[in-house]
Amino acid sequence: MKPSTIKSRPLYGTLAPVPQATQHIAIVEGEGALALADAFAGHEALRRTIILFSPIAHRADHDQTAVLTSLSCEALHLASNVQELLGTLVTILSTATMGTRLYVSGSEDFIGRVTSEALRQGIEMDAIQTEHRGAPTRRVQCVHCKGFIDGVSASPALCPHCGLHLLVRDHYSRRLGAFMGVSIDAESPGDLPPPEAFGA
Amino acid sequence: MSGGVQFPVRVAEIEAVSPAVKRLRLERHDGPSLPPYSAGSHTVLTLEARTLEGGTRRIRNAYSLLGTTLGGGPAYEIAVLRSPQSRGGSVFIHDQLAIGATLSMSAPVNLFPLHRTARRHVLVAGGIGITPIAAMARELAAAGQPFELHYAMRDEASGAFAAELAALYGPAMRLYVSQRQERIAVRDILAHQPVGTHLYVCGPERMIDGILGDARIAGWPDSALHAERFLAPEGGEPFAVKLARSGIATLVGEHQTLLEAIEAAGVDAPYLCRGGACGQCETPIVSADGTLLHADHFLTDDQKACGKTIMTCVSRLRGRELVLDL
Ligand code: FES
Repeated sequence: MKPSTIKSRPLYGTLAPVPQATQHIAIVEGEGALALADAFAGHEALRRTIILFSPIAHRADHDQTAVLTSLSCEALHLASNVQELLGTLVTILSTATMGTRLYVSGSEDFIGRVTSEALRQGIEMDAIQTEHRGAPTRRVQCVHCKGFIDGVSASPALCPHCGLHLLVRDHYSRRLGAFMGVSIDAESPGDLPPPEAFGA
Repeated sequence: MSGGVQFPVRVAEIEAVSPAVKRLRLERHDGPSLPPYSAGSHTVLTLEARTLEGGTRRIRNAYSLLGTTLGGGPAYEIAVLRSPQSRGGSVFIHDQLAIGATLSMSAPVNLFPLHRTARRHVLVAGGIGITPIAAMARELAAAGQPFELHYAMRDEASGAFAAELAALYGPAMRLYVSQRQERIAVRDILAHQPVGTHLYVCGPERMIDGILGDARIAGWPDSALHAERFLAPEGGEPFAVKLARSGIATLVGEHQTLLEAIEAAGVDAPYLCRGGACGQCETPIVSADGTLLHADHFLTDDQKACGKTIMTCVSRLRGRELVLDL
């Protein structure tokens, strides 16, 4: 089975504050903090910027926290995991107005989760900017058991929910914020190609 | 046919809803009911207006449909503003059209739809722009969706349906009468809308540009902004048109649009909005002996400048002859 040629991979850009926004919300993970600092450091937009940051536990992200604290933004929220960060985002968005712009940076699976949550909260796609930083890990949905797998770094990958070996296709759902994982060894179980790491 | 299916209809009611606006009720007279449509849809009426010389002249104009009959229905309603500077369609409807007259009406097309996933809707109408906006309000009210309606008019006499709308929607509706120095406080309205709000504007060109401009300055993303520019095509100096592929040569009269002249010559040219907005009538130009007068909102300024195509529904030539790849 050849890797999929369907290209619906999201395109990431480079963060840049939108001057006319009345409120900026930046939500970043791990090395995404540096993308945010690159775009916002010294910018007058910081006075209207709320930053939500989740350091990645097993990496030395202390410096990144320091970088963000030095930015002197309107508010800085730290959370120990992405779930908690998303909860804070939902709370902030529940009272946010239409001049709000969202900036997301971190791994591909982080961007996917944040974007799909923000869309669910009513933010328009063109009010969201994304920049990919850090490891090229993906969030995958197993099409067989519908379970989500975070931080997948190579294909094929094992579905921890149903135990199937999944080929991670380039087919991406913006609504789910996840790539599609399809059983790869249905015909000859255990016959797997060597895992291939995702490029950045 | 290019404008979609045509239905034969008869004028069932005519009511003056203000000194300058008439409401028309059009019933299908050949059998089944008319297709369902959603708020924001328009239809194109084919009018056979009598000329001073005693002949008839075919005018095709787009009109927004009032109300919505999402389940389909026996009749459609439109509201027509009498505009003396137009090419005669509205004057014909106001002065000549009588109950019982038969017309041809196109299937509904919606180029100004409500955004179904929005959490809140801000509707703004200026003058006769109330027709699609009132339909939207009705659909949103029926669906129990949150909305607010802002309706601006020159004076109370020119504001069609104002009393009805105020009675229906109470505090969700605000009137602004410019003769009483009342202005829509656009910036205040825009500043407090929650995430997930969409804005819809229908009215004069300047009003649309002003409000959309204010929304962009207030940080609104483009995908939440919707407008319908109902551009009444203007007449102008007559010119010759040649259709290169079909070998037809004809003249575009001073009260005729280029599209109407092409249709009168028996060519079934494409269109949808007949108001320079949808892009459907875009036609390649082979050569132009004169200056192109682009009046549409579809082509970019660069495209207009390079003159490769023309929107036949609203644009024309000032000069001798236009040759189209048609
Ligand atoms: S018919 Fe829509 S732009 Fe001409």
